[in-house]
Amino acid sequence: MADANSANENVTGAGIAHDSAEKHVSGRALYIDDMPEPKGLLHLAIGMSTKAHARISKLDLDAVRSAPGVVTVLTAADIPGKNDVSPIAGDDPLFADGLVQYHGQSIFAVAAETRDAARRAARLAKVDYQDLPANLTIADARKAETVIEKARAFRMGDAAAELTKAPRRIKGTLEIGGQDHFYLEGHVAMAVPGEDGDITVYSSTQNPTEMQVVIGHVLHRPSHSVICEVRRMGGGFGGKETQSALIAAAAALVAAKTGRPAKLRLDRDDDMVMTGKRHDFEVSYDIGFDDDGRIRAADIDLASRCGYSADLSMAINDRAMFHSDNAYFLNSARIVSHRFRTHTVSNTAFRGFGGPQGMMVIERAMDEIAIALGKDPLDVRVANLYGEGRDETPYGQRVEERIIGPMIEALEKSSKYRARREAIRKWNAGNRYIKRGLSLTPVKFGISFTATHLNQAGALVHVYADGSVQLNHGGTEMGQGLMVKVAQVVAAEFAIPLSAIRIMATSTAKVPNTSATAASAGTDLNGMAAREAAKTIKDRLIAFAAQKFSVDEAEVSFAAGRVLAGPHSIAFADLTQAAYFARVGLSATGYYKTPKIAWDREAGRGRPFFYYAWGAAVSEAAIDTLTGENRILRVDILHDCGRSLNPAIDLGQIEGGFIQGMGWLTTEELWFDDKGRLRTHAPSTYKIPVAGDRPEMHIALWDGENPEDAIYRSKAVGEPPLMLAISAFSAISDAIAAVGEYKIAPRLDAPATPERVLAAVNRVRKVAP
Amino acid sequence: MRDTVRFTLNGMAVEVVRPDPQLTVLDWLRDHRRLTGTKEGCAEGDCGACTIAIRDPGGGVRAINSCIQFLPMVDGCALVTVEGLGGADPVQTAMVAEHGSQCGFCTPGIVMALHAHHARGGSTDATGISDALAGNLCRCTGYGPIIRAGQKACATPVPKIAAAGVDADPLGYDYTPADGRAARFFAPVTLDELARLCAKYPDAVILAGATDVGLWVTKQGRRIETFISVMRVAELQWISATGTGLELGAAVRYADAHEALARLHPSFNGYIRRLGAVQVRDGGTVVGNIANGSPIGDMPPALIALGATIRLRKGKAERTLPLEKFFIDYGKQDRAADEIITHVSIPAPPRGALFAAEKISKRFEQDISAVSAGFLVRAERGIVVEARVAYGGMAGVPKRTAAAEAALTGKPWTEASVRGAMIALASDFKPLSDWRASGAYRLESAQNLLLRFFLENSGGAFATRVLDLASVAHG
Repeated sequence: MADANSANENVTGAGIAHDSAEKHVSGRALYIDDMPEPKGLLHLAIGMSTKAHARISKLDLDAVRSAPGVVTVLTAADIPGKNDVSPIAGDDPLFADGLVQYHGQSIFAVAAETRDAARRAARLAKVDYQDLPANLTIADARKAETVIEKARAFRMGDAAAELTKAPRRIKGTLEIGGQDHFYLEGHVAMAVPGEDGDITVYSSTQNPTEMQVVIGHVLHRPSHSVICEVRRMGGGFGGKETQSALIAAAAALVAAKTGRPAKLRLDRDDDMVMTGKRHDFEVSYDIGFDDDGRIRAADIDLASRCGYSADLSMAINDRAMFHSDNAYFLNSARIVSHRFRTHTVSNTAFRGFGGPQGMMVIERAMDEIAIALGKDPLDVRVANLYGEGRDETPYGQRVEERIIGPMIEALEKSSKYRARREAIRKWNAGNRYIKRGLSLTPVKFGISFTATHLNQAGALVHVYADGSVQLNHGGTEMGQGLMVKVAQVVAAEFAIPLSAIRIMATSTAKVPNTSATAASAGTDLNGMAAREAAKTIKDRLIAFAAQKFSVDEAEVSFAAGRVLAGPHSIAFADLTQAAYFARVGLSATGYYKTPKIAWDREAGRGRPFFYYAWGAAVSEAAIDTLTGENRILRVDILHDCGRSLNPAIDLGQIEGGFIQGMGWLTTEELWFDDKGRLRTHAPSTYKIPVAGDRPEMHIALWDGENPEDAIYRSKAVGEPPLMLAISAFSAISDAIAAVGEYKIAPRLDAPATPERVLAAVNRVRKVAP
Repeated sequence: MRDTVRFTLNGMAVEVVRPDPQLTVLDWLRDHRRLTGTKEGCAEGDCGACTIAIRDPGGGVRAINSCIQFLPMVDGCALVTVEGLGGADPVQTAMVAEHGSQCGFCTPGIVMALHAHHARGGSTDATGISDALAGNLCRCTGYGPIIRAGQKACATPVPKIAAAGVDADPLGYDYTPADGRAARFFAPVTLDELARLCAKYPDAVILAGATDVGLWVTKQGRRIETFISVMRVAELQWISATGTGLELGAAVRYADAHEALARLHPSFNGYIRRLGAVQVRDGGTVVGNIANGSPIGDMPPALIALGATIRLRKGKAERTLPLEKFFIDYGKQDRAADEIITHVSIPAPPRGALFAAEKISKRFEQDISAVSAGFLVRAERGIVVEARVAYGGMAGVPKRTAAAEAALTGKPWTEASVRGAMIALASDFKPLSDWRASGAYRLESAQNLLLRFFLENSGGAFATRVLDLASVAHG
């Protein structure tokens, strides 16, 4: 057998450019709205609810139907199958049927000859509503007791008893805002009807199989009649894991009804109003600790706004619970999670999937313990890290890897944390109006879908007689570099150049029953599946070469585009050509399922995660105590990607994830009015970071490897770096604490807009002796 | 008048006969020419995905948001889209080498913003590149690789964008679409002709950079019957700077006024950098920001503090108006339907006077202000003899605070006087709460901006701005 690892050296572990980079920069990369439009294409627009919660007493669409260019108008009554586009719970109608449950909910679709005609016609609907009481906020839902599902809890030890015994205690509350994905390419789908009722849907989705299944249900067709394909998305971040279903299903329905191809591309404002976001949370905490700052007990109460339907809120809130410990041993804990149903858009997956909100709580607690004890927050954090004899999480999984301590030590040194801490304190003493802050926070993020069945993947690899290769797998490309990483794996297996491998669009016709590209697991799952497929073909080629050259199979190896068989050497392409003539099958599927994981959701115990990815960041912030304006000045990051498959791609994920997390916690504010209308629904009002917001950044990869047998001992990197940005929020809080000589906890809520920072400054001033 | 819009697209001459006046350049590129490299990210000029480079008839290179530019507005321009760069432009190769794209959707706009920066010989330092990119959102990379790519590319020889031939005769035509709706577009070249057209079409939308009017079409779905552009009128393109002040014509864009304003007072330098982003400043005009009448326009408070006046013209009649008198009430200005603002005159701050233009927003760059302010204080022998304090975002119109000005005037220029004025100004404003800020925050930050203005002019050896601290943390 060939040694896979020696082949790896050439292709994996190298900082290879994104496979589409040259197409991106020249405008030749095709997104769905860029594809040549089929003849007779219809354009859709969606008619949306203007009420948060109301009965539709009359829906008059005559003016819509008779508007210029309109071909058809479809409502719930026109759906041949199920009026549902939800992933799990069956509670997301494609078109609201008599009852609207959030402002912006889809009521009907209009199809017209042009996009402009469709959008203008959609405005002409006359809808009479009978208002119903609307629960818009977590507080409203708490009072009305409306939930997505029952509250859940993790329990470790007797937290109540430990709390009363603890020498010291802090209690507080924290509000954490949601976040819009703001993928630059908004939701879009194009459906093309085929024969026998078949339909092909090009959808900007992270989840082609689910689009296939949902469309099948809506059209009342079996899965084999629906093909969903996506070459690339212009960003996803979780926002296209389930939310693409409404758009894809509406386009498919129009195509099925009219026999004409149909496209729906949402306007940015409609996209932001109509589709789900990161959950906002309200948290209360009661933490007992000793004089060294070590936590004895944590009682954490998480409450989130799920919106009008379940979507993925069950698993998202579970993950908030899973990460309420972050990297710290809690000794005893009670972690309760409430999932509130509100009359707002249904919140959904977003990079981190509830984990970031969970981590925010314990990091707030660390800062507050430090203030209570007059210690450096870093010392409190280090004292609480998981370690020998303190390795049990509140859900029973053991934390076996011991790298976070050394990582923090290395980062503390490289960032000059201690010297800068001292310099900042001195500087603050001499500056009354501007204060600076510093914070180091770690990240421990569990890798695997917590719904265990999703941890599977398939691939299909074709080797053509001329030695060129087509690579198909179930993962989708949204910019994260999945495609190039998996191609690197296949190139390494065959020891051929990357250019010999053609990366194919993701299609349900090539690989069935796939999971969403989510949970950071894209490369772990699809890389392994593709490797299995390649290995199957390779084994056949080895057997063939051994026979052809009369050598042992053990004497056959692959290197640098050639196959070596004992003393013989043959170009890869020559061997595949010969194999074809000798009737050797050169196409194979590959399949992978993650080992070792098991999770009992009802008991709240088990091993949900294959492994953890780690990281740590130091952020320095400055605030203006007169206006609350703030700025992140410098960031140092040390992040664990195991043995990186592609350091250039991984560094891009780390930096991009950090800045996205920084936006969530600073400038990005979802502002709903008292009618439940989102008023920050466009980039003019919803502010994601721009280039000028980027601090000075120093990013390094931790030199290590995954102790588990993940693909070439690498680690997942999609989500974890986002949570490094909690250091930025904590640094702002530290700067506010300086106003009260580090004696008063600032209790800053997120996002840290100038207004919230000023409010926290005022609070510290008021409380300060 | 001419009924054919003429320009070049990636070096090729293009003629479009009587296009729909509200067809955007972006839709024309994507839907009519199938040039899909240029992307739509927001259709409101706030994300930069649709950025293209333009060499305008005046010879300058600009980056524009093609999503809110109407096709007849590019008459006489040379347009360069991402397809026109070929693929081997220094910006493109640097973007690949530095891993500057991830999902790739913002990338063509970023490439074009950097290309425009490069083509006008823009600076290669990281701040200069960041400024050039303030109008381009990227959700994937965190910008570091893009900034590095920009620095690398802009260090190479400056590329040339060949000018298009400009037709001297004015553009003006009726458009008759299939649905029978009437529409027309005029781009006169003389002020007399402009005034005549405005009199003839009193309901016309007067068009300058379209950075706001564009959204009336793309977001509000409005149908506009008549556009009259001021941009080709020679008399309105003038910037005249004298020792006593500055006069800007209605066709002067922020980008072209930036230097002159910064010379008038250095406070404008940083202020204009935060006003929109390159694409907004390369399109929008100072007078347009005034004529628009918004209570949160960035320019009026500073200009009111300086005592700026505007000149209006109706038919042949001209009049001059102090800027503060122009804003009557929310949505109501002292301008007749057929009247146009032709110029704004901005006096230099009097010798010895202190002045600052200020702005608070959630994000420093390309954000609409929650509060903006203009402060002018002149003290003689330590006593305030003149105080002009104006705010935006605090009322239905940009407005001076008589109470705060009275509280300062005749008092010593001290922190105590300023704190008195801060309390006084609360009686002049009841700011509203919305998604940009609460009324309480608006009031408090407006007060504190006045305090900061004092502190920065009191010679204290302490920091007053987080934006100045970029280098402090390098330690």
